[in-house]
Amino acid sequence: MGTLHTVNKSPFQNQTLLSCLAHAKDGDAILMIEDGVYGATTGTVVSDALASKSTDVTLYVLGADLAARGIDAGRMAEGVTSVDYEGFVELAVTHDRVQNWL
Amino acid sequence: MAAYDVNGTSVEHDEEGYITNLGDWTKELADVIAAAEEVDMTDEHWAVVNFLRDYYEEYQIAPAVRVLIKSIKKSMGPEVGNNKYMYELFPYGPAKQACKIAGLPKPTGCV
Amino acid sequence: MSETVKKFLYVNRKAPYGTIYAQEALEVVLIGAAFDQDVSLAFLDDGVFQLTKGQDTKEIGLKNFSATYRALGDYEVTKLYVEKESLEERGLTLDDLQNIEYEDEDDDYAEKPSIRLVTRAEMAEVMADQDVVLSF
Repeated sequence: MGTLHTVNKSPFQNQTLLSCLAHAKDGDAILMIEDGVYGATTGTVVSDALASKSTDVTLYVLGADLAARGIDAGRMAEGVTSVDYEGFVELAVTHDRVQNWL
Repeated sequence: MAAYDVNGTSVEHDEEGYITNLGDWTKELADVIAAAEEVDMTDEHWAVVNFLRDYYEEYQIAPAVRVLIKSIKKSMGPEVGNNKYMYELFPYGPAKQACKIAGLPKPTGCV
Repeated sequence: MSETVKKFLYVNRKAPYGTIYAQEALEVVLIGAAFDQDVSLAFLDDGVFQLTKGQDTKEIGLKNFSATYRALGDYEVTKLYVEKESLEERGLTLDDLQNIEYEDEDDDYAEKPSIRLVTRAEMAEVMADQDVVLSF
């Protein structure tokens, strides 16, 4: 079932999230982890890019990394689902491959 | 740090005998390393050592053994470029031992 | 050794000397080549800078490993996908990249280009077609 992409860099630091969005195919999943979780917040320069992709790919964020950075649910962009570590593993095993965007 | 002695000049090498500074290499040093490896250098040995040095100069890597043998086969013919003959020349492994004598790092992909 | 041949893609997205990623990727590719898998390399984003010609590292004290990409053919790594949009965004064309060739054993050892220029959409297809994707 498609590719699970992980993104671990802040989208305000480099183009990693945008590059991932540009290469993800319909039906893929993108999981934002570590500093990548900053990409999942509302009202940012990458919000539009994320929103325009959110119907074709499923967007996830690792809850632990959100909590660590003090980002509460209210600041999360629409259409992004928070998962725990078990959810991360579940995503990894239910997709055909995992591609890490570093 | 251990070292080879070349006519009174010492050349550092690592624990496996590969020289530390690639720029230290000379033909005289090659003879010293070969002696330490108990390899008696013939023209055939030199042909392989020179081939390796050229390969490194061009590609900045010491080739893995299968790549070395394939490339030698292509440039010097199948009589030289085959496993049996290459292991006769360098019994402890044509890539590892010949690279050491050629003053190159351990081949990429060798553990 | 397993007889199952899997498709491995090494994804290169970093410029060569600022970080160790590019050189590490190249070493892993050379070591991994011993396992007789179906190997491809992808160069996109700043990764395309790895393949530019005329690199000279003498004054920065680092090895110029750009020469090593030309040895990949000897290791039977013959598919180097380069993303067109990434080149264009950086003011580059195929002419700015090294000439990297391999000898096709099935075609009387004819020399063929290893670099395959692909669009972003084609690159996405290449990525989706793999068994294993390794990122650097």
